[in-house]
Amino acid sequence: MSQATTLGWTREQMARRLAQDIADGSYVNLGIGIPELVARFVPEGRTFIYHTENGLLGMGPSPEEGAGDPELINAGKRHVTANAGAAYFHHADSFAMIRGGHLDLSVLGAMQVSATGDLANWSTGAPDAIPAVGGAMDLVAGVKQVFVMTQHCTKTGDPKLVEACTYPLTGRGVVDRVYSDLAVLDVTPGGFRVVELGPGVDLPTLQERTGAPVLPAEVHHGGTSS
Amino acid sequence: MIDKRAASAAEVVADIPDGSSIMVGGFGEAGSPVELIHALIDQGASNLTIISNNTGSGEVGLAALLKERRVTKVICSFPKTLNSTVFPELYREGFTELELVPQGTLAERIRAGGAGVPAFFTPTAVGTPLAEGKESREFHGREYVLEHGLTADYALIKGATADTHGNVLYNKTARNFAPIMATAADVTIVQAARVLEPGAIDPETIVTPGIFVDRVLEVADPVHESRLVAEGASYP
Repeated sequence: MSQATTLGWTREQMARRLAQDIADGSYVNLGIGIPELVARFVPEGRTFIYHTENGLLGMGPSPEEGAGDPELINAGKRHVTANAGAAYFHHADSFAMIRGGHLDLSVLGAMQVSATGDLANWSTGAPDAIPAVGGAMDLVAGVKQVFVMTQHCTKTGDPKLVEACTYPLTGRGVVDRVYSDLAVLDVTPGGFRVVELGPGVDLPTLQERTGAPVLPAEVHHGGTSS
Repeated sequence: MIDKRAASAAEVVADIPDGSSIMVGGFGEAGSPVELIHALIDQGASNLTIISNNTGSGEVGLAALLKERRVTKVICSFPKTLNSTVFPELYREGFTELELVPQGTLAERIRAGGAGVPAFFTPTAVGTPLAEGKESREFHGREYVLEHGLTADYALIKGATADTHGNVLYNKTARNFAPIMATAADVTIVQAARVLEPGAIDPETIVTPGIFVDRVLEVADPVHESRLVAEGASYP
């Protein structure tokens, strides 16, 4: 086993860590893929209300295999359920919730995040690719807080956290915080700043795998952080 | 007397000419008016512009219409599906043009079109390739991009329950784009599992008021697109 696989958090641990930072009662949109894991780790005593942009607030977990309703799906087109207190609505209302700043948090995957909070997550810009954008550009433009949940590096080892994105942007200066397998990092006016390092990860290792300068965590005296 | 009911799928799509722009409801298979699309395939209109969130699955419904080479342009937010190669092939060949629109901008363009608003400013896509070449303007210190309202000649949508006045209710997340598309098309055609007499639906619960609907077709037991795709079905 290589050292890389023993460092940091698993995907489930990343999801659990992220869920700890969501306030009780938040309205949350979880992007397709790895961000969907967050729903499995709601901290004790908290309730999050999940929005899916295809017209449901109060989305519940997937139903038993074979019990799905083809007209009750999420944005990833997977069967879901509706919790007590849920509401259905049309697409213009759904994106009024998004663009109008009514949702508290959007959690998205990333191809690249820049030190100034630019996000690229919809296209590699390859000439033969079929471009598809979905609702990502609306989410980053309108939701109050945007968290990115991603592996720190690509499968080939290239850093995803970079000085400037080389892929086409989803939004400019939109990312607030990144949850990777190696660390939690804030996007600050000075660039990426460590909030927490993953198990076994030290700052030099994190810096080596990050394509932009990483600032150390701020030291708080008296045990409180603001 | 108002009675928007039609007797057959062939009848409701009969007058759609070549070169029409058509909004098609649905998000994936939820709300896709498969019977109306199949009737349009049978009818033969071509050189169509389709406005829809996706481009269909397998070789049925919207994907089948594309595969028959009837669609020369799609206005769409997410033209990729795991189980369909129809659109990618037509796109790469250059037969079908794509206007890619962020999903919320697509919804708002349709809402605006239906509400008589020719254009609006939105923060979505600012700083991205999808805002390139578009007029932008600053409001309250933030940049916004100008987007235009979208209308169409026809809309094909799927409801759950309708009445003969054209009032429509939907089922769960099958609602998606249908209510706004109904407002933005010159002729809105609805398929619904039940078509009732006026007064049978509580006016407080109506989602699409009948003024937005021109033709209603009862399709009592609509097919599920995913089931057809799983069976490997193709249309026609």
